Amino acid sequence: MNFHSIAAIYKFEMARTWRTIGQSIASPVISTVLYFVVFGSAIGQRIDAIDGVSYGAFIVPGLIMLSVLTQSVSNASFGIYFPRFSGTIYEILSAPISYLEIIAGYVGAAASKSLIVGLIILATAGFFVPLEIKHPLVMLLFLVLTSVTFSLFGFIIGIWADGFEKLQIIPLLIITPLAFLGGSFYSINMLPPFWKALSLANPVVYLISGFRWSFYESSDVSVGLSLLVISIILVACILLIAWIFKTGYRLKP
Amino acid sequence: MTAIIELQAVNKVYKGGFQALDDVNLSIRRGEIFDLLGPNGAGKTTLISAVCGLLNISSGKILVDGLDSRLSYREVRRKLGLVPQELTTDAFETVWNTVSFSRGLFGKKRNPAFIEELLKSLSLWDKKDSKLMMLSGGMKRRVLIAKALSHEPKILFLDEPTAGVDVELRKSMWQLVGDLRDAGVTIILTTHYIEEAEEMADRIGVINGGKLLLVEEKKAIMDKLGSKQLIFDLKSPVPEIPSALDKYSLNLSEDGYQLTYSYEQKKTGSEIPELIRDLQSEAIFFKDLYSRQKSLEDIFVNLVQNS
Repeated sequence: MNFHSIAAIYKFEMARTWRTIGQSIASPVISTVLYFVVFGSAIGQRIDAIDGVSYGAFIVPGLIMLSVLTQSVSNASFGIYFPRFSGTIYEILSAPISYLEIIAGYVGAAASKSLIVGLIILATAGFFVPLEIKHPLVMLLFLVLTSVTFSLFGFIIGIWADGFEKLQIIPLLIITPLAFLGGSFYSINMLPPFWKALSLANPVVYLISGFRWSFYESSDVSVGLSLLVISIILVACILLIAWIFKTGYRLKP
Repeated sequence: MTAIIELQAVNKVYKGGFQALDDVNLSIRRGEIFDLLGPNGAGKTTLISAVCGLLNISSGKILVDGLDSRLSYREVRRKLGLVPQELTTDAFETVWNTVSFSRGLFGKKRNPAFIEELLKSLSLWDKKDSKLMMLSGGMKRRVLIAKALSHEPKILFLDEPTAGVDVELRKSMWQLVGDLRDAGVTIILTTHYIEEAEEMADRIGVINGGKLLLVEEKKAIMDKLGSKQLIFDLKSPVPEIPSALDKYSLNLSEDGYQLTYSYEQKKTGSEIPELIRDLQSEAIFFKDLYSRQKSLEDIFVNLVQNS
């Protein structure tokens, strides 16, 4: 394992985060905190508790997951797309590093950034809504798994994209709607049977449900199933990336 | 000298069917400066990319220091440094950070003293904290060289190193390349500038249409393919070349004031004195005569046109 190379990529990517801290950290934190203020502290007091959890507290896991998902995809896709766009990818591809090490550097940095964002949002949420985390280790496991999995997914997007528009499309037009419709603001058990069945086809439902269980022991689907779904997505992303590097898709002509 | 890079029957065919490298066999000697000449699209960059692992070759084998470039890619790539043709840089990074990043990327431990020395040798030290977007094109080119040298490679590829660089900087680059060779680095460069090849190269390879047309010592190419020209500046214009001089295949300038005689340096014997006598016999008088060596550029153009 070439740890110097992994560290070089990781530090380089993280340095960009600190250089653009307003955009990378402050912006997603503030926009999510606004949800807590509006739906938690203001409107939330007029909404009934769900599964015995106040509405303000109920939406916290979903909103954290929403941020972590979008940040993971955005960070990782931009991280690998920018060297492709600027041409500096030649240096990565000609370096004495394996594909696994390239992924470890880029995906590690992207996942770290989204984890930092997620944890800051979690800490901030405590100021606005009553929070309790019944299973902190499971919560951390979900957070790490989601960050890594969707950073891998973002890495794939960054390889696939041939313009900045495509980088934006996936987080904005796919991830965000899936997160909104995946139970961030409600329990899917509140939906009519047809819409509930349809929602179960949304993979984000399982992420939010499992994550929420780690807070309040209340979930739409079993925790085991949630872990299974995220593991399947993780393996699918790994297989796709292995194929990308094996074939050189959009990297090596 | 032993070979440090060997290409054995290397082919590269792109998806659309375009053959960028056509059965290329090439051996680069340790410690030499090898210049790859060729027109745009000849396959120069493709060849370099193939050695550096930037593309997958269709068939053939590439050995670097005896190691297969695919099977032993880590060991091979540690030995290689690449300065690309395009000025590809991270615009928002500082010179120091981007060069340090390159060293780490190639698996080397941090060594601020070495980076400092490197930046000083490339006259970049006073710009170490500048963002790359603030630098001129020539400076960016030097940063790319610094990045390529940051991991102390044994082999340096310079793809069009002086493209878009002013004369002064070009000469300082030549000096740098010479210094690197003296330090034991093998250098493979591509260029459009024939004078660059004439100035620096030990050996020259000419590539066109993906085929390696010729690999020779620079001097041998000049001797083998280079012909000389003898130019007569005439006292008065000549309307046409008299038929008695046909055997010399002379060229007459449009204004009739200049005659040019081309000859093979090694073959010529008594022809020049004879020509001078025959000119006088035909009442063609010259006020000056001088000779010039055919340049590498002429040789290159001939080779490419005939390929």
